Amino acid sequence: MREDFNRYSRQILFQPIGEEGQERLSRGYALIVGCGAIGTTSASILARAGVGHLRIIDRDFLEESNLQRQDLFDEGDLKEGIPKAVAAEKKLQRINSHLHIEGIAADINPTNIEELAHGAHLILDCTDNFETRFLINDYSLKHRVPWIYAACLGSQGILMDILPGETPCLRCLLETTPPTASLPTCETAGILGPIAKVVGALQAAEAVKALTGHRDTLIRDLISIDLWQGTFQRLNVSGARSHQCPACRLGRYDFLNAKTGVIITSPCGTNSIQIVPTKGEKIGLEDLAKRLEKVGAVSYNPFLLRFRVKSLEMVVFPDGRTIVQGTQDQALAKDLYSKYIGM
Amino acid sequence: MRLIVNGQVGDYPEGITVRRLLEALGIEKKPVAVELNRGIVPRQELDQKLLKENDTLEIVTFVGGG
Repeated sequence: MREDFNRYSRQILFQPIGEEGQERLSRGYALIVGCGAIGTTSASILARAGVGHLRIIDRDFLEESNLQRQDLFDEGDLKEGIPKAVAAEKKLQRINSHLHIEGIAADINPTNIEELAHGAHLILDCTDNFETRFLINDYSLKHRVPWIYAACLGSQGILMDILPGETPCLRCLLETTPPTASLPTCETAGILGPIAKVVGALQAAEAVKALTGHRDTLIRDLISIDLWQGTFQRLNVSGARSHQCPACRLGRYDFLNAKTGVIITSPCGTNSIQIVPTKGEKIGLEDLAKRLEKVGAVSYNPFLLRFRVKSLEMVVFPDGRTIVQGTQDQALAKDLYSKYIGM
Repeated sequence: MRLIVNGQVGDYPEGITVRRLLEALGIEKKPVAVELNRGIVPRQELDQKLLKENDTLEIVTFVGGG
């Protein structure tokens, strides 16, 4: 056995992996999009397993409320006030110094995904929003790179491997992103720490199978787990491949071509960012206020809703247009929009 | 009519559609995947698909957090 493989001896003893599988892992390149609760779990497992090249992309800074469940981070990282991608790279490199690990503090979007995802053998979705998932779905289909959808909320977690040409894609199952501001987020509905671990561990196991060439063992079902209820569901989605799917059948990559999504602008001369969803759906300010009042100061009238978060104020209009006041940082504004309004 | 929804046996109106069942469960506005007797119900068929006695359904709500 290669001497540098000693640290993986127990994994190599696991027969389906063996030394050949370990070689394959060391040549593998996984892109991890999002470094929250699921992303930190998956990244940590894959670094320990010896995946040769890990690229982790996240647009967020570390916050105190992340420490409850994101165990790559600690209080020292919090004091440094550094981006999560940077903190993750540092910690992962300490876990395994033999790997090529890149933490990139960026917002992945239609303008940069081709560059950021280029060459990856596999994409792990650890994002907190559907907008980015549909973008990953388009990229995956266009370049025939598998991706693993993973998400959690409250005590529920969900996972599905999306293998271009083999399984349904995300748009077969959900034609487009759920309506703006219609879904709860971890910031409004909370999250039980261990569900992210369960989902992240499942995702990492799927990644190890894919990267070692064991595609036949990949789970082709949709998995949903609720740790509080103690329920485990496995849905056979093979029949969901749609003949009319705009993405995987018709080859229309609406998210990659930015025909949907949000338009972000920095109005001249103001310390604010404007975010406009292109879907043109009305959002219910009253429902949104009910969700947000648990996490910050909210006031609203029929024309607009005001929500204070940290030192910033978000002003949301019924058509979904939102102004984030107190910053000129587009990535920060998009992050807050994704977390509190949802997209 | 007896249906088994996510492992729970329940009584539902005769001959309801999957859409009506989702409404009865209060989740018609959520993004869901519905499996009926071990096969997925394509999205386009949720409105018309009629359910019958002893059908077994698994319903999963998509979530977005991470």
